[in-house]
Amino acid sequence: MAAPRLIVVGAGPAGVRAAEALVQAGLRPIVIDEGRRDGGQIYRRQPDNFKRPYAQLYGSEAAKAQALHHAFDTLKPRLDYRPETLAWNISGGALHVIRDGRAQALPYDALLICSGATDRLLPLPGWHRAGCYSLGAAQIALKAQACAIGRRVAFVGTGPLLYLVASQYLKAGASLAAVIDTSPAAPAAALPGLLARPALLLRGLGLIARLRRAGVPLLRGATPLRVEGDADNGADALVVREAGGRERRFSCDAVAMGYHLRAETQLADLARCDFRFDDASRQWLPAIDADGRASASGVYLAGDGARILGADGAEAAGRLAALAALHDLGLQPGAGQYAAEHKALRARLAKMERFRRGLALAFPWPQAQAATLPDEAVVCRCETITAGELRRCATELGGSELNRAKAFSRVGMGRCQGRYCGHAGAEIVAAACNAPVQQVGRLRGQAPVKPLPLDVEVVQ
Amino acid sequence: MPSATAIPGGRFVRLGETARRAVHLTVDGRPVTALEGDTLLVAVLANGGHLRHSEFGDGVRSGFCLMGACQDCWVRGAGGERWRACSTPVAEGMAVLTQLPEATWPRRD
Amino acid sequence: MSAPPGPMPIAATPETLRADVIVVGGGLVGASAAFFLRRRGLSVILLERGLVGQQASGTNFGNVRRQGRALAQLPLAARARDIWGQLPALLDEDAEFLDSGHLRVCYSEEQAEDFARYAVDARPYGLALEVMGAAELRRRYGLFGPEVLAGSLAAVDGHANPRLAGPAFGRGARRAGATVLEHTEVLRVEREGGDFLVHTKAHVTGGEGPRCRAPQLLVATGAWGNRIASAFGEPVPIVAHGPQMGVTEPLPYAIGPAIGVTTKNVAEGMYFRQVKRGNIVFGGGPKGPAYADRLRAYVEPANTLNQLQQLRRLAPALGGLQLIRTWSGIEGYVQDSKPVLGPSAKVDGLYYAFGFCGEGFAIGPGIGDSMAELIATGQTATPYPDSHIGRFAACQEQAATAA
Repeated sequence: MAAPRLIVVGAGPAGVRAAEALVQAGLRPIVIDEGRRDGGQIYRRQPDNFKRPYAQLYGSEAAKAQALHHAFDTLKPRLDYRPETLAWNISGGALHVIRDGRAQALPYDALLICSGATDRLLPLPGWHRAGCYSLGAAQIALKAQACAIGRRVAFVGTGPLLYLVASQYLKAGASLAAVIDTSPAAPAAALPGLLARPALLLRGLGLIARLRRAGVPLLRGATPLRVEGDADNGADALVVREAGGRERRFSCDAVAMGYHLRAETQLADLARCDFRFDDASRQWLPAIDADGRASASGVYLAGDGARILGADGAEAAGRLAALAALHDLGLQPGAGQYAAEHKALRARLAKMERFRRGLALAFPWPQAQAATLPDEAVVCRCETITAGELRRCATELGGSELNRAKAFSRVGMGRCQGRYCGHAGAEIVAAACNAPVQQVGRLRGQAPVKPLPLDVEVVQ
Repeated sequence: MPSATAIPGGRFVRLGETARRAVHLTVDGRPVTALEGDTLLVAVLANGGHLRHSEFGDGVRSGFCLMGACQDCWVRGAGGERWRACSTPVAEGMAVLTQLPEATWPRRD
Repeated sequence: MSAPPGPMPIAATPETLRADVIVVGGGLVGASAAFFLRRRGLSVILLERGLVGQQASGTNFGNVRRQGRALAQLPLAARARDIWGQLPALLDEDAEFLDSGHLRVCYSEEQAEDFARYAVDARPYGLALEVMGAAELRRRYGLFGPEVLAGSLAAVDGHANPRLAGPAFGRGARRAGATVLEHTEVLRVEREGGDFLVHTKAHVTGGEGPRCRAPQLLVATGAWGNRIASAFGEPVPIVAHGPQMGVTEPLPYAIGPAIGVTTKNVAEGMYFRQVKRGNIVFGGGPKGPAYADRLRAYVEPANTLNQLQQLRRLAPALGGLQLIRTWSGIEGYVQDSKPVLGPSAKVDGLYYAFGFCGEGFAIGPGIGDSMAELIATGQTATPYPDSHIGRFAACQEQAATAA
């Protein structure tokens, strides 16, 4: 039998641990990654000529970051590692990639998609202005480039990343205008889930306390109203309504925003995987079994691109999915390893899944804010389409299904293919049509996963 | 606490790692200085307020996600290059254009 | 008449609806036929399995061209072109129709000679074409690569947005009083007392949809046209293929006409147009797989890559752009590359309009208008030469004998 063709997409925590399991089984997988260096977003590595130590870069997660980087450095000679490579399509059992302007098709026996997540965004009037960034962007600017995204930064959204990034900015010496959390204090129902990982819970509470001690205005249960500013100079203030009803304006030249994470699912979609609606996070996710098998034959999904369990969960899921692939292909010693490990790995993931559900209750996606977004707010940043236009297309034109609303309004048709407007767009359409959000459907992924240069060269 | 370094007119503020070699580029013809290891996005935004103009008349943009997902930071080079600023390392001599091309673009040689 | 607010009604209760005409299939042809039937005063039920304008008529390139069509089809194409120009008056919206011209170009001298010949032949049909050489093409448009030898411009043709046109006719038909039922699939059609009795399934409830009864039935079901035609003993050799479409990021609006390469070599086929917002929409070359039964069609990555190469060859100025999205659709291709148009050869009151072989969008509203005329009056000013379903009688007999 010819050597099995195994491809891992992504070199974050899930991808690295998947590749490691394959190498341990004596195989030489191809690892495709868009990044210049491994680590993914969470453990993104700074450029070679930067000097900050791990502890400064990754804080409490320094040991894990270092371990993952070290693991990958060790694996590298035994991998066909292709950084700065975009996986842009999947068809006929082959992954289509482009690197340095050259396109190539890579047939696979097993494809492990570890595509990670992005910030999940909710539009806000004025969020298309210069100076508005995702929370992840704010963190990347700091971690990978030692920069703050502005002279005075307001943080708005909800979820663990909100407090983490704000704290990192505080520690790095940036000036913070405010931290605005749309979630009220966590309901009791969230606690059992959160207690599944007590250390994480305590760390989060510590971050909040530190921000308070530093005198940063910190609002919970607030409603963001708008980013003020102008077309030429960008943002100059964030205006919010406190839980008590009072309006407050925070002067700033940058706003970092995010509402937890959105799975990056385009490749799973192009691989024709089934999706199912996840009630806890109100988003469509690829359907996988306990080991990460997707409905499409030979396709495995691991990490935040399938289930948003964070970096630890991604490491476990990456290993489990790779072992499952080896088991399914009947390849020893990997299949034996699967038999030995899969129960323990599944148990770890189940615990993290409980925590994920607790988080979703503590930091809920504020769908009502999308539903009530003012008509003049831009929903689709790429195409500059407003909530009012989307609502008109949903109701007057009969675009009560999300892809139909997209066809009429262009929301989700731009360069980002709905990554940043799709979830809110679904809520807006659902509310306008008085339908449950799962009924309006999800934006179908369309190739290319990211823009493809027209001057691409084809190599065999 | 590290000292913050902000260039007048610049959007991004450097909070450290400033002892790197200088790199020279132009933005809309204006010479600016960045640091080796900067992404093109940081190189431009440490020296100015925006990366590009929206095609639909709603003003300037300065990127959004910094992780290659939003595609809002694509800039043009004076030689016709396309760079996604957040994932492109700055290089000596880059000539970045933040303006949209003129409507006469099909007639360019 | 004003439009009631909210999405189109969804069939829920099994009842029997009556009308003068039932139109099966809510593509551009069916929707515009329903619209024009209402304008002729006939009552209409339009049945659409999914959403109006969702399949081939919503996923195609959007060319509104007469140039290059069979000469015999030009009167029909002219009728359609007139309707495109009247959309704001008819439907209160323009479906982004731009009468910015349609330009064909070629890479071979032989084809350039064909342009000149076609221009002469098309003139009696009222289609004015301006044939020009490479230097003139470049003077006017810049844009073109060195291999482009000649062009032929139809100055008053143009392009429109396929995503908008079909649904606009669907809403127009409803405003004009047609009963438009989306998510309503035809299960079977019976003859009963000189009427057609149509049994349906309501996709939202999953249950039985309304029964519909009418003395006349128009089958406008695109790639699925064979289902009803076969049931009435008139099978048509038709297969489904998917157009391979793509769109680039926007650039300032600068290219007026829709532009296409005329060639005998399928691999070098390419057409593109720039929409007012600036994006370049393109298609052409080999088709992709389409599965009519599963309602799915795909873009083959190899086709996309070939298209990008052809686009650069045709217009090197586009080389710096980026592709941001691809899509396909389900188009019906008849064995002899001609549509099935006109009355049934076997059943009174039954009409067909399907199988447009990837060339239906531009003439769609003209088909709808002329089918309405044919159904209402028994004849049409723009007949359909070579398109009658009776041309397959021989193979139908063979099929029957074999069975």
